[in-house]
Amino acid sequence: MTAQTETPPPTEIPRKRKVLSLAQREQRLAWWFVAPGAIIVLSLVIFPVLWNAALSLQRIRLIDLQNFNYFDFNAGFGNYSRVTGVRDFWETIRVTIVYTLGGTFLSLALGVWAALVVKKAFIGRSIVRGFMLFPYVAPVIAATFVWRLMLSTQFGIVNEWIRNAGREQVDFLGSRDFTLSLLGFDLTLPLALSTVIVFEAWRYFPFAFLFILARLQALPDDLEEAAMVDGATLSQRFRYITMPQLSGVLSVLFLLRFIWTFNKFDDIFLLTGGAAGTKVVTVGIVDWLRARGDVGSAAALSIILAFVLILLLLVYFKWFYTEEVEE
Amino acid sequence: MTAPTTTPTRGSTRRRMSRADFEDRFFGVLKWLSIAFFLAITVFPLLYMIGLSFKPISKLIQEPANIFPTWDEFISLDTYRQILRPVEEGGRGFIKFIVNSGVLALFTVAITTTIAIFGAYAAARLQFRGKRAISLGILVVYLFPAVVIAIPLFVVFSRVGLRGSLLGLLIVYVAQTIPVALYMLRSYFQTVPASLEEAGLIDGLSRFGVIRRITLPLSAPAIAAVALYVFMIAWNEFLFAFLFVLDQPDLWTLPLSVQQLDTTEVPKTLLMAGSVIITLPVIVLFFLAERFLTEGLTAGGVKG
Repeated sequence: MTAQTETPPPTEIPRKRKVLSLAQREQRLAWWFVAPGAIIVLSLVIFPVLWNAALSLQRIRLIDLQNFNYFDFNAGFGNYSRVTGVRDFWETIRVTIVYTLGGTFLSLALGVWAALVVKKAFIGRSIVRGFMLFPYVAPVIAATFVWRLMLSTQFGIVNEWIRNAGREQVDFLGSRDFTLSLLGFDLTLPLALSTVIVFEAWRYFPFAFLFILARLQALPDDLEEAAMVDGATLSQRFRYITMPQLSGVLSVLFLLRFIWTFNKFDDIFLLTGGAAGTKVVTVGIVDWLRARGDVGSAAALSIILAFVLILLLLVYFKWFYTEEVEE
Repeated sequence: MTAPTTTPTRGSTRRRMSRADFEDRFFGVLKWLSIAFFLAITVFPLLYMIGLSFKPISKLIQEPANIFPTWDEFISLDTYRQILRPVEEGGRGFIKFIVNSGVLALFTVAITTTIAIFGAYAAARLQFRGKRAISLGILVVYLFPAVVIAIPLFVVFSRVGLRGSLLGLLIVYVAQTIPVALYMLRSYFQTVPASLEEAGLIDGLSRFGVIRRITLPLSAPAIAAVALYVFMIAWNEFLFAFLFVLDQPDLWTLPLSVQQLDTTEVPKTLLMAGSVIITLPVIVLFFLAERFLTEGLTAGGVKG
């Protein structure tokens, strides 16, 4: 029903209202249906993203907000050089990449593991599955505060266990590095960053788990049965039969989680506030806005973030977007 | 894991069989250990939060490893009384924040769901120019992060006086949740058989009649799931509340007020009580409607 229908020729009887074809009426109705959502999203999502680019070229401070000129691009690219010129800019980028890759990989790995574990029915499976979703549905603020209290050096249960085991207490979220002595080698780990990554994996594995479980349960049994008859062991069946069939859902999940982790703000902000070597770009943006009161520079940094994101989205649409994925 | 390629003698076949047996047994045990592991990492933090929310801070300092409150501590509800009591009576005034968050979340649900039902219906069923662009737009916006739009919204809302008002937050929450709701509902509406609707149209129903009498009743589970998700997103939201209403303690939402409570002089167990108050509605809703929600999640997902 593509709108190729001609408007009916003027009829003999003159009418007051123009007669619309069924297709035209449908089109008109559809626009009325779509309009409210489209207007809200255009004005509050699309337009701000574009306007952000304009703001990033202006020298605006928090105190000027009431009376700056919208069209005075006095700063040029000054904000960009200011933002990229600060000492910890490249460190922030590096931390963001490590955090994103680490969090994405670990949450997917945990998700696959969890899905394999509850794939076959057992007593209490639905309860186990329900609990597994808890980290994901729990409000960020509750999840982060529970972790902070558990890991706290003063009140935390984890450090109490460590002390009871006769070791020195560890400030998981507060110290940048941790030196591990292993077989005579000293291995230095970025402690707070690792903790934040583990938190990320814990909080988002249920998301991967649900998708992978749905995919696993939709796989036909006969391939695996055939392999079993041929004497393939459990690990071989997983490696050569199951994993290849999961590669599609895993790559989509990887990209989605990568995009969302890359832009995550709340988790790190609430866990460490960006201290101890965990400052990611999003925390930097809010820092420029709230702590330094520099709106233009915050906009510039968020444009840099959006630019990387657009690249990622292009990858997504080029490789993964088909009508089926969309369903 | 490469399969050993030995010459197939009788002996090696037996060894292969035993490897399969060994793996079956090994992974059989590992499975139960894994279940225990996953239960531990998900249930323990929940128990820890609930347990400590009843304890006085002095007990926590004495024995950090004892997470279970005594019966007396449990029924005294001391931390909860402290946190809920109005500020004038020496409490933390959380009733007000619960009301703020609840009103915001409910309004967001009502507005977003209504707008999304019509938009998603059009995108799923009706033919119109720009349909593909709209569908693609929904997905792009759905993938786009909040931080990128936060700064321009901060500027505009400051300029027009909407920053520092719950109305401003409401507008942002509606805009933030519409793409998710549209995305999930559209996927669901596409599964409702078109022939049912056509039958309704032929029998003389208007489009609105079809939506009200055929599509909506058939999609009730999906709509419930969408409404619950929108509620959770608005109820849990932190970033915009932090940016918009931090300067006005009267307008704090629950997440913001718990975060602001985190100072050195406030006992940590009070923070746990605040966390329980935020988590409780989410958990209750989730267990009431777990099946819808898991289906809804895989049908569209909620970004987070």
